[in-house]
Amino acid sequence: MNLPKAKQDALTARLAGLSFDARGWLGAARSEALARLGAMGLPGKRDEYWRYTDPTSLTTPEPPPAAAFDAGDETPVFDGIDRVKLVFTDGVFDADASDDLTLAGVEIERLAEAGGADIHWAQGLYGVLEARGQNPVQRPLAALASAFATDGVLIRVTGRAAKPVSLIYRHVSETSDAILHHCVKLEPGAELTLLENGPAAARFTKVLEVEVGTGARFHHIRAQGRDHARRAATHVFARIGAGALFKSFTLTANGRLTRNDAVLELVGDDAVAHVAGASMGDGDFHHDDTVFITHEGERCESRQVFKKVLKNGAVGVFQGKILVKPGAQKTDGYQISQSLLLDGDSQFLAKPELEIYADDVKCSHGSTSGAIDDTALYYLRSRGVPLRQAQSLLVLAFLAEAIGEIEDEAIAEDIRSRLEGWLHRHAH
Amino acid sequence: MLEINNLHVKLEDEDKVILRGVDLKIGAGEVHAIMGPNGSGKSTLSYVLSGRDGYEVTEGSATLEGQELLEMEPEERAAAGLFLAFQYPVEIPGVGNMTFLRTALNAQRKTRGEEELSAGDFLKLVRAKAKTLKIDAEMLKRPVNVGFSGGEKKRNEILQMAMLEPKMCILDETDSGLDVDAMKLVADGVNALRDAGRSFLVITHYQRLLDHIKPDVVHIMAAGRIIKSGGPELALEVENNGYADLLAEVAQ
Ligand SMILES: Nc1ncnc2c1ncn2[C@@H]1O[C@H](COP(=O)(O)OP(=O)(O)OP(=O)(O)O)[C@@H](O)[C@H]1O
Ligand SMILES: [Mg+2]
Repeated sequence: MNLPKAKQDALTARLAGLSFDARGWLGAARSEALARLGAMGLPGKRDEYWRYTDPTSLTTPEPPPAAAFDAGDETPVFDGIDRVKLVFTDGVFDADASDDLTLAGVEIERLAEAGGADIHWAQGLYGVLEARGQNPVQRPLAALASAFATDGVLIRVTGRAAKPVSLIYRHVSETSDAILHHCVKLEPGAELTLLENGPAAARFTKVLEVEVGTGARFHHIRAQGRDHARRAATHVFARIGAGALFKSFTLTANGRLTRNDAVLELVGDDAVAHVAGASMGDGDFHHDDTVFITHEGERCESRQVFKKVLKNGAVGVFQGKILVKPGAQKTDGYQISQSLLLDGDSQFLAKPELEIYADDVKCSHGSTSGAIDDTALYYLRSRGVPLRQAQSLLVLAFLAEAIGEIEDEAIAEDIRSRLEGWLHRHAH
Repeated sequence: MLEINNLHVKLEDEDKVILRGVDLKIGAGEVHAIMGPNGSGKSTLSYVLSGRDGYEVTEGSATLEGQELLEMEPEERAAAGLFLAFQYPVEIPGVGNMTFLRTALNAQRKTRGEEELSAGDFLKLVRAKAKTLKIDAEMLKRPVNVGFSGGEKKRNEILQMAMLEPKMCILDETDSGLDVDAMKLVADGVNALRDAGRSFLVITHYQRLLDHIKPDVVHIMAAGRIIKSGGPELALEVENNGYADLLAEVAQ
């Protein structure tokens, strides 16, 4: 199947500057990903899931320049949490800044080092979930990341990780174009918390594939940094086994363009998947959460909780789908997407979808867009709480359900303090 | 303490006049009650005094210890010592009752140039006050007024008042929705706060509350004006005869 000429040209131009590494087991996986990408082409404005978000700056050969941002007025997020750190600066692993990669019950390797081997456990995962996630909705930027990722981490968890693994993305160069791909495999009963923070680069294209084995538990908390000019297209693909738990929370403050895809499959019975996001934008900000959750097992539970605080023309997008396959009885699916518009200029676009092929399921979804409640604001002020502080309290209250998805109280508190900081800096 | 002179108020968005020349003077340490038919403007008066949006003062003034109230932001009025126990307390999902109380208390202290209360001291204080109002710890943990029964909401208002120790307390129908025992609790809470430096304006429809909280003066409000003032016996008269006689008297 040939691509239309314009799409083919755009793809050729985009790939011209990238080098393809055909070595080892990874080379084979990359070739398959490249074939997928070649068949799809890059995303275009007319693609169904790109109607609300213009992908152009995510697909051009060079990223639009983006100055690094000095967040020196705030201690880095997760600073107080004991964790194993891996630092990537503009997509390049920084060994000096990183910790020793040893953690009981966890094998941590770098993709750039492990990819050249003939065989590896990650062969069954790398690009595999991404490939499954291309159907029914195409995600070409994910295939691009599988084919051209320069590095990433491969994490295999066999027990209960004593502390979180923390991926720290630093952005220094104004023109950096980072492409990373991570795989996490939790063996049955294993448990891991994965932290990610930072903007990574002027432009960041990323895939995270997670296999959550039977009865395993995976917690993912990410903070995408405070850079204003950055652009990012990130993808999480997960397969969640019987009785397993997958929980992912993302905090996004600022960023010119962020597209976060989450493609989650509940394949075993009694599995749980929660995905949540709190994002705040002031001015030149476009944030898109695109979620696809497939229920295959019986009695599975999924929750999507997305909250966006928007002002000065910021744009929020939510596209969330729950697909309940035949036989996925007793599915419990919940989806809420809400925006708090702090002025009349901002915009929230939501596209909730339900597709259900089982008869005994409970699915609910809701989407709202509104301003701060004047009566609540007056009530708080009548008790002596100054206007700005009252507004902050109400914004935090609005975000509370999303933050409530973080199980670890110390991490939740850290995230909350970031939100407070942002609100303080962006008070009228 | 509180002095209201010839206060005229209309709705901001409509040509509807609600208050038509209210005069009221409450001395320090005094307890005044306002009674009056539904829709006569009692709540409106309390909202205008506390600074709610949507009302336009077309004439008159209101001062708290000589300070012009109507020029101030709601939070400034609170810091100056004004407190309104709402007829319909507002539910605020997502904001914990404790966070709310502590934020409010510390914000007022800060505005007045006092030191903020430490978390420990605050906790001790709130627990002690909640106990006397029979508000259990579980209720304090919940979001502000969310899922509270009508009576619980009213007790929560009094708890806020007890914590904030305002100088001028306006209670808008705090007795409505309370069972007999809760009314006694609330009245005890109010009486415990009675002090030479603190005044109360109690809006109510029922004489019963005034058995517990003995007013110095009772005012009758009708059609946006105080039409009659008198001693506690005025409340008894209303209880027995309703407003018809009073209204007729004024109409003459
Ligand atoms: N925001 C508003 N919009 C429209 N009408 C209003 C508004 N606020 C007050 N009113 C009207 O003003 C009048 C006075 O209302 P208010 O609530 O002050 O009465 P009240 O004396 O407290 O009555 P009640 O005893 O029933 O509590 C009523 O007719 C009411 O409908
Ligand atoms: Mg009223």
